[in-house]
Amino acid sequence: MNIVECTDVNKTYQQGQVQIVALKDVSFCIETGAFVALAGPSGSGKTTLLNLIGGLDSADSGDITVDGNPFGQMSQSQLAKLRLYMVGFVFQAYNLIPVRSAAENVEFVMLLQRIPVSERKQRARAILDEVGLGGKYDRRPAQLSGGQQQRVAVARAIVSNPSIVLADEPTANLDSKTGKGLLEIMKKMNLEKQITFIFSTHDKMVMDYARRLILLQDGRLADDRVK
Amino acid sequence: MYLQLAWRNIWRNTRRTTVILVAVIIGIWSMILLGALMRGIAAGMIKNGISTLTGHLQIHHIGYRDDPAIETSMANPQMIENALTLVLPIESMWATRVRVNAVASNARHSSGVTLVGIDPLSEARVSFIGKAISKGRYLEQSDPNGILVGAALLDKFETKLGRKLVLMSQNTSGEIASRAFHIVGIFNAEMQATEKQFVFVTRPASQQMLNLGHGISEISVILPEKTDISAIISALKDALPQDQYEVHSWRELLPFQTAYLRILDGFIWIWYLVVFVAMGFGIVNTTLMAVFERMREFGLLKALGMNPWWILRAVLTESFLLLFSGMIIGNILAFLSIYLLSGIGIDLSAMAAGAEYAGMSRIIYPAIEFKDIMMANSIVMLLGLLVSAYPATKAARFMPVKALAHT
Ligand SMILES: Nc1ncnc2c1ncn2[C@@H]1O[C@H](COP(=O)(O)OP(=O)(O)OP(=O)(O)O)[C@@H](O)[C@H]1O
Ligand SMILES: [Mg+2]
Repeated sequence: MNIVECTDVNKTYQQGQVQIVALKDVSFCIETGAFVALAGPSGSGKTTLLNLIGGLDSADSGDITVDGNPFGQMSQSQLAKLRLYMVGFVFQAYNLIPVRSAAENVEFVMLLQRIPVSERKQRARAILDEVGLGGKYDRRPAQLSGGQQQRVAVARAIVSNPSIVLADEPTANLDSKTGKGLLEIMKKMNLEKQITFIFSTHDKMVMDYARRLILLQDGRLADDRVK
Repeated sequence: MYLQLAWRNIWRNTRRTTVILVAVIIGIWSMILLGALMRGIAAGMIKNGISTLTGHLQIHHIGYRDDPAIETSMANPQMIENALTLVLPIESMWATRVRVNAVASNARHSSGVTLVGIDPLSEARVSFIGKAISKGRYLEQSDPNGILVGAALLDKFETKLGRKLVLMSQNTSGEIASRAFHIVGIFNAEMQATEKQFVFVTRPASQQMLNLGHGISEISVILPEKTDISAIISALKDALPQDQYEVHSWRELLPFQTAYLRILDGFIWIWYLVVFVAMGFGIVNTTLMAVFERMREFGLLKALGMNPWWILRAVLTESFLLLFSGMIIGNILAFLSIYLLSGIGIDLSAMAAGAEYAGMSRIIYPAIEFKDIMMANSIVMLLGLLVSAYPATKAARFMPVKALAHT
């Protein structure tokens, strides 16, 4: 079964007088439980594609369907709801809400889902333990290292068992050892919880972790390999 | 957690929050304080007007108000007083007066005055004169030659206590009557005009001088507090022969003060709005700044699946907390200021001439009205939330991608 389906997706940005083609006729499917790397040089459209799959932005033409929901017909509120229950995000940086502690950041998604406090607290701690942040529940983001912050972000992305996690260069700001640790955690979650992961990267080491590699070049799909 | 989070967010930028908070505090404080002062001025004006020989209501012979002449006096006051005894609530007080235009003169000066013939005992309970004597003594019940003169008139006449003053007026047969009085007391009034206008003698002395018999010009009534004046007036009108007597409330007798009272609410409203407009601009500006600064955060919240409505609500909650804290402090400060001022009042005697023209008291005591305070607070809260809605919708509308890309 396919969790993501993209058909002839186009996206153009208008920058002043200039039109920048970010995605050109991109079509592909991703099956449930996949662990996919989205690679390509800078400006090839990786971030744009992830944003479209997450419903953060809308395509100019073409169809995107996540878990059977066609985005073309959905309102902002419906998209927000879909993100809340089915999609987890990990960004390159600035993932966490500054005024909340690590545990509160993880709890936040469950708060939006109206899960009761006690369950929220317990699940947040459990998942923080899993990503190796046991005991750092009450630290604010500023009191955590970059790698720790990204691990909180991963914990938050997976805590409510979404169908899919979209990670845009999650390791770009981390040294290779810390990045490796983060990928191990993602891989573990992928295998244990059957959560689909799509992550973009420049990094050869990160690509090696993926079981499937989609290559973008100038907004076009250049290669699609299953290893 | 929700309010607590909003509270934490507010204090992320201490300086900005302090600025808004101070604006709200000053706004509320000035709204309530100035409102109370305006009410105080009104209360002072009316109290003044009522105690300066007006009372809560007056009874005259028909036509007296148009032509306050000796012909339009009431020949049979006893019958009216009987009606008063029947109709008025127990603690009411009234005074009967003779009141005619007269010319006062001594060796050097003469001047038009209003001659008021009073019953010293009942008058003291009804109008200011009982407590206004600054020098000499008040009139006695039987005081055929005594006269009370205002301090300003005394200056004008270059005379003093114990000297003679001659009054001239038309008597009932149309002839000029004149009589000499001795100045036994000097009175002070809120307004110089009052001191210059009125001279007081005993009622029998004036009746004798004018050949009035038992006739009087007016009856002035003071009612117990919180009496329904209009109900009393209609009861009195029923009890008295309509073709002979007229009854008027102080609202009709003091048209200037009544008009001021009528426009006062409007004034206070305008003041509230002026203050709010100044404050509102500050609120919109700072909230907008706060929202733009947190654009990336709002983008993140939306990416995490927060509904745009929730973001709107979150920003409004922050505004609410700010407004609410400012309101509490502002109210406390306003009450403190009013409390302090209610002891000493604000002395306007320095600009007495202008103030007097408007019938204002020399000292203003602020008067709190519950309705004004409610109004000031609701204006700040409701309009404050209303103007915050603009930045809040902006925050809710940020497209997550653009917001996240914003660095
Ligand atoms: N908001 C925007 N406005 C205008 N142009 C944009 C915008 N976002 C992206 N682009 C352009 O679209 C193209 C694709 O950008 P995108 O961010 O998807 O690339 P990327 O593969 O993520 O690059 P990188 O590896 O540097 O993150 C680029 O040419 C970029 O300049
Ligand atoms: Mg990118």
